[in-house]
Amino acid sequence: MRKVQAVIVGGGPAGLAASIEIAKAGGKVVVIDENGKPGGQLFKQIHKFFGSREHRAGVRGYDIGTQLLKETEDLGVEVLLDAPVYGLFRDPAGIMVSYMKDGREQAIIGEKVILATGAAENALVFPGSTLPGVMGAGCAQTMINVNRVLPGQKVIMVGSGNVGLIVSYQLIQAGAEVLALVEAAPSIGGYGVHAGKIRRAGTPIYVGHTIKRVLGKTQVEKVELVALDEKFQEIPGTEKMLEADTVCIAVGLTPLTELAWLAGCEFTFIPLLGGHIPIHNEDMETTVPGLYVAGDIAGAEEASTAMEEGRLSGIAAAEALQLYTAEEAKALKAEVWDRMNALRTGPFGQKRYDAKAQLLATAKGGK
Amino acid sequence: MADGVKITGIPTMEELKATPGLVSDQRFEKSAVAVIECVQEIPCNPCEKACPFGAIIVGSPITNLPVIDEDKCTGCGVCLAQCPGLAIFRVEKNYTDSTSMVEFPFEYLPLPQEGDTVPCGGRNGQYLTEGKVLKVKKTKQMDGTTLVSVEVPKQYFMDVRTICRKGGSK
Amino acid sequence: MRVVKHPILPEDTKPEMTIFFDGKEIPAKAGEPIASALLASGVRIFRETAKKGYPRGIFCGIGRCTDCVMTVDGQPNVRTCVTPVRQGMKVETQKGLGRWSEKA
Repeated sequence: MRKVQAVIVGGGPAGLAASIEIAKAGGKVVVIDENGKPGGQLFKQIHKFFGSREHRAGVRGYDIGTQLLKETEDLGVEVLLDAPVYGLFRDPAGIMVSYMKDGREQAIIGEKVILATGAAENALVFPGSTLPGVMGAGCAQTMINVNRVLPGQKVIMVGSGNVGLIVSYQLIQAGAEVLALVEAAPSIGGYGVHAGKIRRAGTPIYVGHTIKRVLGKTQVEKVELVALDEKFQEIPGTEKMLEADTVCIAVGLTPLTELAWLAGCEFTFIPLLGGHIPIHNEDMETTVPGLYVAGDIAGAEEASTAMEEGRLSGIAAAEALQLYTAEEAKALKAEVWDRMNALRTGPFGQKRYDAKAQLLATAKGGK
Repeated sequence: MADGVKITGIPTMEELKATPGLVSDQRFEKSAVAVIECVQEIPCNPCEKACPFGAIIVGSPITNLPVIDEDKCTGCGVCLAQCPGLAIFRVEKNYTDSTSMVEFPFEYLPLPQEGDTVPCGGRNGQYLTEGKVLKVKKTKQMDGTTLVSVEVPKQYFMDVRTICRKGGSK
Repeated sequence: MRVVKHPILPEDTKPEMTIFFDGKEIPAKAGEPIASALLASGVRIFRETAKKGYPRGIFCGIGRCTDCVMTVDGQPNVRTCVTPVRQGMKVETQKGLGRWSEKA
């Protein structure tokens, strides 16, 4: 069986960044991705990213994706596409990664394995939520920005985190009308500047509101909104019916952790980071020796932090493979931590910083 | 009804005046100047790097609100297209005796033409006044973000922030 | 509906092809998933549920939820959100759990 120094599952921002670090250190690395194209969800991010110059702030997401892909190519990283990974097995030489490719089962052993599988969008249940026209906000974003198709003309967005705000803006840019953005909480979750963009475009934001029901014979035709009290109970008499053909759901992400469960990783539950998260240490290594996590699987955040976590896991894996001395690795990791901590400060980042700190404390046995 | 950026997505005048991104009333009288409507501490600092005159300081941590030095700001507008939040505007209050110039990022189609009369709106997209399009700037460096400047009656210099889009509602 | 002109993105130059939806020709763009070609032609109902025949369409767009499965070239339960189109591909609304057609 083929054996390499590192196998990375998932070719999104975290996995590609990890592969770059290992390849830069001189390691042989293989990235396996179930999709036909690498880059994960970066290529649908057409807005300019936040952060600092080191985080490539001000650069649009798809351009960051193109840069990452070029770096992996230049470094000779091998990327296997259309290859869903279905199993991880312990092996004396490392961890065996089993995947489907060209219709048959194949396997490869990685001395070190990094899981960078990402996250999936949460659903929301209400009468009519299964009707065609109700879809994840990220799904709509892929349709408009990658496939260049409008999933509908008149959209209601649910959820005011940055995903809900940004996708609303991009739907308007693509030519749709976003009739309203509703948020159950009493205040807007994402950045005010993102909210400001859609407000300037004329989209109202209703905080303390949710969808009561969606009506339609075979697809979305009408959407009824309702106000909520401080206990999130519907306030009778506040219903409002809107004619819409599409409902986009942006109510958070759940890390895709199946492979970590299969591998026997220990988990902790942190709702702020998306639910069950594999416990990992400062090197992103899980409780299974040699198995690392990076990106949304290690707690759903955004692409900038995913790339930094990818780099961190890659440097740590390279160190464990003795491609770096402890000294070299320490300096490189410190740089990444500085950049990552910068993204986790302020009123929006602090909670994630605290949650990640709690996670790291768990790894040290502080449950 | 409660107000403010966390509730409506629109900073109130009080929130704006409390930020270090807004220059003094006296500075507005002098010449064109950048208006940084960034009222939340988010991790972001491209504006600092963008300014060729060192008039915008974010510093460390990068969640600091941008501070504008009203004496150094020449009102060149380079920072507008570099702000990922599209939260910087350029305002020349005394464009003429009776009008002001407001420049804002505009990432929609169709783009207006110079000389067009367009409906201008406020931070909530609602119609405020007609305005005359002065310039439509689009360079490679701005990476898809177009800057549109309009001439509007002077009373609207702190209110007009966009061209009204069809389909806009309250 | 196709997004032809976009304020940020360059023109979409992917070559055109044709697929069949329930026997009817519809246009598609090379490399795009089946689901996107269907949405571009205004098709939103991809299948009907097994017991009650309720309509379902695309939801997650990343191959996770399987709400968008259809019968493709005779093979049922194909995830249309992650399966690229091919020239002449036959896509059918799936009734219930679907069945293999003779050809497949």
